[in-house]
Amino acid sequence: MREITLSKAVNEAIAEEMRRDPAIFLMGEDVAEAGTPFKVLSGLVEEFGPNRILDTPISEPGFMGMAVGAAMTGSRPIVDLMFGDFIFLVMDQLCNQAAKTHYMSGGKLSVPLVLRTNLGATRRSAAQHSQSLHALVAHIPGLRVAMPSSAYEAKGLMKTAIRDENPVVIFEDKLMYNDKAPVPDEEYLIPFGEANILREGRDITLIGTSSMVQVCEQAAEILAEQGIEAEVIDPRTIVPLDEDTLINSVKKTSRAIVVDEGHQSFGITGEIASRLNEKAFYHLDAPVQRLGAMDVPVPFSPALEDITVPTPERVVEQALKAIKGELFHGA
Amino acid sequence: MSRNAKKSNHEAYVRMYQQMVRIRAFEDNANKLYLAAKMPGLTHMYSGQEAVAVGICEALKSTDKITSTHRGHGHCVAKGADFKEMFCELLGKEEGYCRGKGGSMHIADQENGNLGANAIVGGSAGIATGAALSAKHLGKDDVTVCFFGDGALGQGLLYEVMNMAALWNLPVIYACENNLYGEYTKVEEMAAGELTGRAKAFGIETFVVNGQDVLAVNKLSEELVERARKGEGPFFIQLDTYRYHGHHVGDINREYYRPKDEEELWKTERDPITNFGAWLLKEKVLSQQELDQIHDEVSQDAKDAVAYAEAAKYPDISEVDMHVYKQNPVGGAA
Ligand SMILES: Cc1ncc(C[n+]2csc(CCOP(=O)(O)OP(=O)(O)O)c2C)c(N)n1
Ligand SMILES: [Mg+2]
Repeated sequence: MREITLSKAVNEAIAEEMRRDPAIFLMGEDVAEAGTPFKVLSGLVEEFGPNRILDTPISEPGFMGMAVGAAMTGSRPIVDLMFGDFIFLVMDQLCNQAAKTHYMSGGKLSVPLVLRTNLGATRRSAAQHSQSLHALVAHIPGLRVAMPSSAYEAKGLMKTAIRDENPVVIFEDKLMYNDKAPVPDEEYLIPFGEANILREGRDITLIGTSSMVQVCEQAAEILAEQGIEAEVIDPRTIVPLDEDTLINSVKKTSRAIVVDEGHQSFGITGEIASRLNEKAFYHLDAPVQRLGAMDVPVPFSPALEDITVPTPERVVEQALKAIKGELFHGA
Repeated sequence: MSRNAKKSNHEAYVRMYQQMVRIRAFEDNANKLYLAAKMPGLTHMYSGQEAVAVGICEALKSTDKITSTHRGHGHCVAKGADFKEMFCELLGKEEGYCRGKGGSMHIADQENGNLGANAIVGGSAGIATGAALSAKHLGKDDVTVCFFGDGALGQGLLYEVMNMAALWNLPVIYACENNLYGEYTKVEEMAAGELTGRAKAFGIETFVVNGQDVLAVNKLSEELVERARKGEGPFFIQLDTYRYHGHHVGDINREYYRPKDEEELWKTERDPITNFGAWLLKEKVLSQQELDQIHDEVSQDAKDAVAYAEAAKYPDISEVDMHVYKQNPVGGAA
């Protein structure tokens, strides 16, 4: 199978969907000729023209709000938000308007839009261009949240996001744009709410989102060398969350670590760990552990930044503690 | 009531009068429901501003869109909504426009092109401008009117989207209802400079009109809607008007921010319904008897709708988690 970059996968997904459905248009800053600062959208304006690949002023709340109105009236907009950190700017339009319109109208109005943005630290971009803020939107009923972990995932999830009748926020890891993975030539979609088991194992379950899937896979390799079989699962979408697959895995392995690049406190890791505790408690041999980003603004200095995010080594360390029974209180 | 057929002036006059009377009657009944402790929550009344919504919506087709505000009953009625579903919504009943999930501040009537009231001041400026972008994108000739109060001029979103509307010649009309107050504060304490100066800065053509004069509002709106349809938009209208009640139904003792004689002046000398009624008589469009008949019919309609809504049932509790997400079509997305 051919291998393409995550960036190319996103580009293909959008182009294929735009060819299929003329109601789709894309808007954002420097999305047309520039193809975004990450060059993810290069070539699209040449094919679809400036009316469907729309360069906007630097007005995030403005174009986010316009996408809501466009989605309510028959268009299917894709909003490109240059950095995930800018989600704070569009919160009202996303969370008060897009997320609630279908509900508040008793099902009469709907908002089929995609907000594509990114997450991920260690790009030496400091605190306002490095955050992973997906937990913030996952908290709001009415939004769906997808977190692709490879080029293959990015393409399939993007196509599903575009066809969804609801507002979907899709977070790409900006450090993975050049990572290649096998992606079939044929069309495929990845359904929301179906976790992917990347590696089977019976000793411990490692649940990772986005680029943390790679971290979990690397940890699993290291553990395998020590004779420990880790199961690695990618939930793919955190809303909806495929609880069943996660719970069934933990019932089998009796241990779990949840790894996510959002801040550890009040985040995705806590949410998933708590669901596992609620629904698989009597199968557990160790407390479910959380590994998120440190609760600090992302620092600029590489010496500091690198220690703020989960690494395979830390996953291994925690996995060994769980397996050796070293997590009891006071340990 | 279809506004799409070619209409004679006579029909339009009568309809505008009726619609203004309907809004006033709706609000009087809403107020009574509140005072009788029959309405959950609060509501913001539109009484006094009727000529704005009616004059503008008379110029729109039912396929044209509007976005509305927390003070949205008038826009909703003017765009063609029915009393029954509106009162049901106000009382949180299943048969309401939003199955009781939206209430007064989120009333929406998609079939008549009302994309919804909004409880965030200025919150619908993006939606309205996006609806206009959508019409352009889909090759439709729909025009969108964005209603907002003077208070929304404090919101940055408005300036972002007016800029884009002007850059892209979008068919949107920004209708700023200047009722002189935002909550309990005077407009001149909140908005520096000329109100229309904001839109002018984007190269948008602006207009100021007496919002108590339904004919003036309608004449200007007909003209601007036609021009917007031809791609000459966007436009900005400042409509000078006044709200008769408090900021919301519970704002009763309000002399600390608004003198009683000011209220009296607007109500006695500038009332849009009284003045238009007098004009209709003078021009012999309607007789006193016909005017009275309109009032009687409307008030009976409102009474019936209130009784209906009071007797109507609440949504089943199984609806509480319905409509959080829209079901995707089978075989479509996940
Ligand atoms: C963003 C936001 N800030 C504050 C409020 C509280 N609030 C509700 S209505 C209102 C005044 C709005 O004034 P204006 O836009 O002039 O409309 P009017 O009430 O006069 O019709 C305020 C401050 C709100 N709903 N939304
Ligand atoms: Mg006001």
